[in-house]
Amino acid sequence: MSMQGLAVANETGVERKTLVEVEGLRRVFDLSKPWLNRMIEREGRVFLTAVDGVDFSIRQGETYALVGESGSGKSTIAKMAVGLLPPSAGSIAIDGADVWGKKSPEAERRMRRKIQMIFQDPFASLNPRWRVGSIIAEPIKAFGLIDDPLDRAARVGELLSLVGLDPRDGQKFPHEFSGGQRQRIAIARALASEPNFIVCDEPTSALDVSVQAQVLNLLRDLQERLGLTYLFISHNLAVVRHVATRVGVLYLGRLVEEAPARELFAAPQHPYTKMLLEAVPDIEMEGKDRQSIAGEIPNPITPPAGCHFHPRCPVRRPECDVETPPPHRVGDATVRCHLFGSAS
Amino acid sequence: MTPALSVRNLRIEIPTRRGVLTAIDDLSFDIAPGEVLGMVGESGAGKSITGSAVIGLLEPPGRVAGGEIHLAGERIDHLPPERMRHIRGKRIGMIFQDPLTSLNPLYRIGDQLVETIMTHQRMTTAEARDKAQRLLEEVGIPAAKTRLSSYPHQFSGGMRQRVVIALALAADPELVIADEPTTALDVSVQAQIIALLKRLCAERGAAVMLITHDMGVIAETADRVCVLYAGRLAELGPVRDVVKHPQHPYTIGLMSAIPSLTGDPDEALAQIPGSMPRLGAIPAGCAFNPRCGYRFDPCTVERPPPYDAGAGEAACFLHAPAFARQAPAETLRQADAAGIQLSIPNGEAAR
Repeated sequence: MSMQGLAVANETGVERKTLVEVEGLRRVFDLSKPWLNRMIEREGRVFLTAVDGVDFSIRQGETYALVGESGSGKSTIAKMAVGLLPPSAGSIAIDGADVWGKKSPEAERRMRRKIQMIFQDPFASLNPRWRVGSIIAEPIKAFGLIDDPLDRAARVGELLSLVGLDPRDGQKFPHEFSGGQRQRIAIARALASEPNFIVCDEPTSALDVSVQAQVLNLLRDLQERLGLTYLFISHNLAVVRHVATRVGVLYLGRLVEEAPARELFAAPQHPYTKMLLEAVPDIEMEGKDRQSIAGEIPNPITPPAGCHFHPRCPVRRPECDVETPPPHRVGDATVRCHLFGSAS
Repeated sequence: MTPALSVRNLRIEIPTRRGVLTAIDDLSFDIAPGEVLGMVGESGAGKSITGSAVIGLLEPPGRVAGGEIHLAGERIDHLPPERMRHIRGKRIGMIFQDPLTSLNPLYRIGDQLVETIMTHQRMTTAEARDKAQRLLEEVGIPAAKTRLSSYPHQFSGGMRQRVVIALALAADPELVIADEPTTALDVSVQAQIIALLKRLCAERGAAVMLITHDMGVIAETADRVCVLYAGRLAELGPVRDVVKHPQHPYTIGLMSAIPSLTGDPDEALAQIPGSMPRLGAIPAGCAFNPRCGYRFDPCTVERPPPYDAGAGEAACFLHAPAFARQAPAETLRQADAAGIQLSIPNGEAAR
């Protein structure tokens, strides 16, 4: 909590305080079979460490992107950040309040109101039996923000126009909208409780490109207008490059590289980040030679010892097999790789 | 040379309670042997249904209502199901998005491969097993001999998709239809699978119809691209030209909406207003006209057929000299600035 309340100057010189502080976050899932099966089959307990000691902080009004492939733990972090899943260890503090700490019901409500989430699939995240107006009014009612029904309806109309829909669309049902429009409804619902921190879990990966651009631009526009802070989860590096201020790259539950977005894309340091960037299909068709990437993500139940990435790493050293690399500062980036150790 | 696949004026209809929907309307394209044709479009544009029509697996009540499909010169769209069964798998291989649904979870990989091989080729079981092993080696599965007796769940996602590719190529087909082959895979594995598919099909001289919504995959793999919009052809041309110098306003919008790893990240992405119309509500004239920045009079009335445009063809009146002359000078100037190669000389526009 050392950073708490401390103003940090960003690149533009504007003082921005840290809003979200994640420290030593860890989540272990117990995948063991029932006790009797374990006795009969003589098997031990099985644990999956989905998130293994992740630290990062997000400043007010910025977008922090977490990138990684399936099984890297990015959605688990998102769930812990919004309070849907308790962490096994570590803490997440938003505006000084620990999301999982003990607090009075009043403080709990105050904190919950400030955190919202936008989910990947706009077909699954909206109740098909509710009218759009009621869907968006629900957070307002739940937090008791506006008691008068007429005022509430006016606020819903305002939110709908904010996300680029017609205020009259509140009368319709979700099935009357396309995927992109539904995601706009989900965004309007997230904004209804006037949050300052929104977790976006792959908000555009279910959408078509032309619609994806609309939603990304809308998210950016809303951030500028309302001063929102985003935690943006994605596997698509090109999308991340367009929205993120800072980027954290996850591999099997560990943050292998963390850097300001510009630096990360201009000069990736960790071999895994380099590999990920290399794997993005080359739409510019410059005919650059692509390094074919070897191997696949190992089973997260039995991750390789030492640096998790070592079996696929092109610049592997003997110590990588045994020792977990500590974080090293490389320019503005923090990289967990033995290449940057003082021993080299 | 006879094209491996030739689709002429294909029309696919889906009768529903509220009337007949036209899922594919007057679509024509060819794929030469050894060529990779990319089919791109947003969801609902008709990419997958075109693939299903070619292999004769249109889901009822969908039906081919017009046009012809030729496989190496032989018409296949009106064949009885029994005849089609012999073509499917033998002459046309298929790769679907989710490798788990393409493989039977209860049978060993080797048995599934042997069954496919023996259905289509005269071989003894031992020969078929040898061939299965060779196929697995070819698609890059380590320890192929022991892996033959593994079940699908023992493979990772990327390895499963390799097995599916081996299955599709088992009978040395002339045409491979790959429907979103990499969408379910992680980025780092995607590149491996694309490279593998491309290499194996090139070695065998098989034509590939690659269906995907990912322009990046197309840019890496395809020789030519066919861009679909609302069940109609928008643009067809060599991949380089379509990606670098798109000629249809929809393709132009689509290409600039894709976030890329170059360019200014602070600039807002270009976006196409609105979304693709539903099949039941396709506007009159050009299907894209309500979203198009270059719309002029004929667009709302008449449907543009494909015209020669740049190195390919585009279904847009801007490429028809007789129509383009009616367009306002401002529209033509904008179109020219956007890289559309107008067929009328500069300054010949009306007024």
